[in-house]
Amino acid sequence: MTPRTLTTTALAALLALGLGACSSPSSDTTATSANPATTATTAPSDFDKAMATPTTLTFWTWVNDIQNQIDLFTAKYPAIKVEVVNAGQGGPEYQKLRTAIEAGSGAPDVAQIEYQYLSSFRLTNDLLDLKPYVGDITGEFPGWIASQIGGNGGIWGVPQDTGPMGFLYRTDLLQAAGLKTPATWAEFGTAATAYHTATGNYLTDMPGNDPGQLVGLFWQAGARPFAYDGDKTVTIDLTSDKVNQVLEFWQPLVDNGAVATDPDFTDQWYQGLANGTYASWLTAAWGPLFLQGTAGDTSGKWGAAPLPQWQTGAPVSGNWGGSTDAVLASSPNPVAAAELARFINLEKAPALTLANEQFLFPAMTSILGAPEFADATSDFYGGQKVNALFATISGTVSTDFEWLPFMDYVYSSFNDTLGKAWADKTDLKAGAAAWQADLVQYAQAQGFTVK
Amino acid sequence: MTRRQSPARRREARAGYLFLLPFAVVFTAMLVVPLVYSAYLSLYRRQLVGGTAFVGLANYARALKDQEFLAGVGRVGLVLLVQVPVMLVLALVLALVLDSGRLHLKRFVRLAVFVPYAVPAVIAALMWGYLYGRDFGPFAQLAKALGVAPFDFLGNGTMLGSIMNIVTWSFVGYNMIIMYSALRTVPAELYEAARIDGAGEFQIAWSIKVPALRPAIILTVIFSVIGSFQLFNEPSILRSIAPNVITRGYTPNLYAYNQAFAAQDMNYSAAIAFLLGFVIMIVSYVFQLTTRRKAAAA
Repeated sequence: MTPRTLTTTALAALLALGLGACSSPSSDTTATSANPATTATTAPSDFDKAMATPTTLTFWTWVNDIQNQIDLFTAKYPAIKVEVVNAGQGGPEYQKLRTAIEAGSGAPDVAQIEYQYLSSFRLTNDLLDLKPYVGDITGEFPGWIASQIGGNGGIWGVPQDTGPMGFLYRTDLLQAAGLKTPATWAEFGTAATAYHTATGNYLTDMPGNDPGQLVGLFWQAGARPFAYDGDKTVTIDLTSDKVNQVLEFWQPLVDNGAVATDPDFTDQWYQGLANGTYASWLTAAWGPLFLQGTAGDTSGKWGAAPLPQWQTGAPVSGNWGGSTDAVLASSPNPVAAAELARFINLEKAPALTLANEQFLFPAMTSILGAPEFADATSDFYGGQKVNALFATISGTVSTDFEWLPFMDYVYSSFNDTLGKAWADKTDLKAGAAAWQADLVQYAQAQGFTVK
Repeated sequence: MTRRQSPARRREARAGYLFLLPFAVVFTAMLVVPLVYSAYLSLYRRQLVGGTAFVGLANYARALKDQEFLAGVGRVGLVLLVQVPVMLVLALVLALVLDSGRLHLKRFVRLAVFVPYAVPAVIAALMWGYLYGRDFGPFAQLAKALGVAPFDFLGNGTMLGSIMNIVTWSFVGYNMIIMYSALRTVPAELYEAARIDGAGEFQIAWSIKVPALRPAIILTVIFSVIGSFQLFNEPSILRSIAPNVITRGYTPNLYAYNQAFAAQDMNYSAAIAFLLGFVIMIVSYVFQLTTRRKAAAA
């Protein structure tokens, strides 16, 4: 080997390795979280002292204009300074958060974390149990929130926004095709086929790359595919009757192309919503506003409705998205950090501005019912009270839905298994079985007991 | 027998080391240390539940049996076998054409072919992702205008070819420049002599220019071997528009990335990266060996 090839090949190897060299194998710096047994909140004197001590809190969030709420917070607690960092939305933030936790420095005091990722940070004991600091706040929210922020008797994040699922559709296009708003899934299926036959376009797009959306529909159907006991045991059940019920419903629509299966949140998909290729979107409470930004030219032509139902009678929904603000166990200022998380999301003034100015769909029951929020009408939806509709839907989200403590893997695996079956129009149940098998294998390799 | 060095020589040697020092420091800190650390990582297994344990070469054994990893290696191997020859032949032809001096607008052509290399890989992938688009890309528009079904550039069967096309577009100019500069060093007397001996342009190209390019071609092949096995940016970007076609293990580097960040398995990721490094070393070495044998035989 000449010296030059030696360097070239060594360089090649080094380049290949760059990726792997980001973490240490050393065991966790197990910052034990506050003892969940203590239920008493911080003594008032300790609280006042903590809030009067000059402190700088670091807050990772991707909410726009969060300074609105921070200003209210610092106006009340002038001793506390809050440094806001946008470390990316969702996945990228969690990666940075894990890296910082791993490194033992640089982690924030408070971080925005979506509901389905709370348990992955609980697993490594990186979250502070907020119950001793803010008390049992679950009563402030619709019933389904409790299982989203709870576990092991603690409270692991303060709900900020939610995504109860509903149905946005083009009233004009459905009318032109002679279809009424589908109230049940059976009607939806018939309408999808009829619409595609009549127009060549699609009643909706159901992508193979959005596990959050599909899991929300599983949730609505009553499936409980995931559970975590807070210790070492996880439940993975993607071949249950309820999951099958959903998949069997979509299978023929996917197979015969009555619904589109284009990946969502891509340019093509945005155009599809804007130009009428897709006449509806099965989305969440954050969807109405998002759609306004995407399909502005179609203002006034949209309507909002609850999700189609499996059974007539009491309506049921699922949730897709939404976040909490959680406090890291490593925070040296737990009292102030917990108060920040509580204040901006539970105090009326900041919570209302979050809902009305930053357009986060609120979690709190009192904000959902507040006239300033619920009475708003939307021209984009033909003057409909969309907020009020989704507020009602939030009350119908079925309870006790849980997640696995490794949702990053669950969702990335989806694209290669069930999602791939969806996009390739092959057997969806086989795709779900492949997803199940991959997750079980991963969970076992990671040391979990799988039920 | 030991030879004693004169003091002057020793001073010179010391100065040499001193000059080397800045490079050595950076090289050690940025390359050697991470390399050793990765090697160390790859020998451990860390579970989300149960902590860290030394597992020896278990991660490597797992990778060698991992169908996703092997499929990824196979895929980039195919890129190497198909895309690299096409790209290098194109680069060679372009270099020869430019060197022949018979081209008008020579400078413009040279620049135009080289410019894609100056486009960052991420931008290139985004741009091609748009061009390939099934609804609004120019190819799709053209198909629509002609009344035929648009070609699906981003399907299961076509994606790899589409990626190869992007890579070729990006790197043909780079390889051309290497070959072209090598050609410029060939003394013009050689061509004159050949012409006097009655050689035509093609004969000159084949018998003088190509052999003169040998070292440059070997260099470009080695670079391309490395580049193909390291394929990451293009599939990673196109993944956002074809999420169910480009799987997490589409290329070995993408797999290493996803193992590290989606599966939180840094140890396995490090092992994969090391194995990939070995594969690259072996392929590069085998290539070197065969070309040297041929040179010796010739």
